[in-house]
Amino acid sequence: MNINEFLVPPAESARRKGPHDRIVMSSRVRLARNIRNASFPGWAKKPERVRILELIKPAVESLAEMRGAFSESMDNLIPLDKQILVERHLISREHAAKGAGSGLVLNREESLCVMINEEDHLRMQALRPGLQLRQAWAAVDQVDSALERKLDYAFSSDLGYLTACPTNLGTGIRVSAMLHLPGLVLAEQINPIITSVNKLGLAVRGLYGEGTEALGNVFQVSNQMTLGETETAIVERLEKVLAQIIEHEENARGVLLEKKPKMVYNNIGRAYGTLANAHSISSKETMNHLSSMRLGMDLDLFPGSDRALTDELFIRTQPAHLQKQYSEKLSAEERDVLRADMLRENLRGVSRPISPLGGGGTHDKPAK
Amino acid sequence: MLCCICKQKEAKVHLTQIAGDKMQKVDLCEDCAKHKGVNDPAGFSLADLLLGLGAAQEVEQASGGVELKCPRCGFTQADFKKTGRLGCADCYLTFAEGLEGLLKTMHKGTRHIGKVPQFLVQGRDLADRLKSLQKKLTTAIEGEDFEQAALLRDEIRQMNLKLGGLTVP
Repeated sequence: MNINEFLVPPAESARRKGPHDRIVMSSRVRLARNIRNASFPGWAKKPERVRILELIKPAVESLAEMRGAFSESMDNLIPLDKQILVERHLISREHAAKGAGSGLVLNREESLCVMINEEDHLRMQALRPGLQLRQAWAAVDQVDSALERKLDYAFSSDLGYLTACPTNLGTGIRVSAMLHLPGLVLAEQINPIITSVNKLGLAVRGLYGEGTEALGNVFQVSNQMTLGETETAIVERLEKVLAQIIEHEENARGVLLEKKPKMVYNNIGRAYGTLANAHSISSKETMNHLSSMRLGMDLDLFPGSDRALTDELFIRTQPAHLQKQYSEKLSAEERDVLRADMLRENLRGVSRPISPLGGGGTHDKPAK
Repeated sequence: MLCCICKQKEAKVHLTQIAGDKMQKVDLCEDCAKHKGVNDPAGFSLADLLLGLGAAQEVEQASGGVELKCPRCGFTQADFKKTGRLGCADCYLTFAEGLEGLLKTMHKGTRHIGKVPQFLVQGRDLADRLKSLQKKLTTAIEGEDFEQAALLRDEIRQMNLKLGGLTVP
């Protein structure tokens, strides 16, 4: 089956709701597992990788949770489709670079995704909208327990689950949340927050994970230590830190509106102006303006519209999603023009943001 | 700018490393860079970059200068230095000594206390019960309660059969 027919349309996936989703865009828990008596994917020769793929893929497909799943070997996916999966945060950029001997199994709801022969033999992840780390951990734990009956895991009672990189050793767990933090960025409080989160042994990364930029004020927070702590302790620690970040973000928004309302409304108004009127716009500029508009939606400056629209456009304006709608290969310049066309078209029904401080718009104070 | 190692030749290779909130800059001339293996991407220690400076050295020193090689997969410590990854699960045994210090700096502890595969949990429970039965057997023999000892011996025999059926590594 074609991956594009399988994936939920962006409009639908942007409408998924979860707790605290005004700040926490999504939650994810990933487990790394390997098979005993086999070389890790980065060291194994191709025939061994193919053998491992043929061992793991049917085992994953046979899980009750994977009924009706999309299951494919990576060499059967074209680069554009792999890029779409990266833009949807379903696979890593590293996995997108893989070919024969690597695979992917994705369930119908897009809430479970198993990468086979990425850095480890198995990288299974559970995804949830909003802040739902416990639920994501429970889901991936269940998949892992079902798989351990079918596969012979590399496990040591001292070191736990053995992984290709010593940084994942032990639990093999990576618990992470994707956060939209425009308030902290505007208030210039983001750097001290990142520093203090780092001090707690947690990593803060950009939109696409390791080594990427925080486009659109989106940040990923995740644990770094995996050995010497239980999975539940790691989940709970992250939950505590996230609750604090959420509070700081809400506070930053409140203080900005009180002390520098013109700065906030100026930022949102200009973002709308550019997105609704540009004739050529890059992906990066789009994301940053969509972030401002999303903040505007949270502040009720766009009556009749909601976050689902900005979140949908966030997905659809990324390079591979844009390219997918056209049959001929587009240059970056052509994409910028088509992106602007799409944005103008989609924002036609959205009227300009209201001006709560007066001066042309309505005089209503925005509800928080 | 002069090379920060030989302090004689013009620095042509500039490296920046960010560790935590500290930024380190190294400026080398071409010769020193080559000597340090910076120019040759294959010789450059990714392990150092990924796992912090000194990671590869630590693994190296622990071996006492002998090139360790994993008997199962043929992975060497030079490979670890290059990639920052291991070759297979057995490498954790091969390079155990050198990894220990590394794990200490990297993680909260050096012993796994999280999830354990179910078949091992069962095995562990059986092993515990076996131990306590053996203790009881010793006491029974010492107390010359041979009837009880015979019962315990049979139970232990059953238990050993069960344990043998499980693949405990």
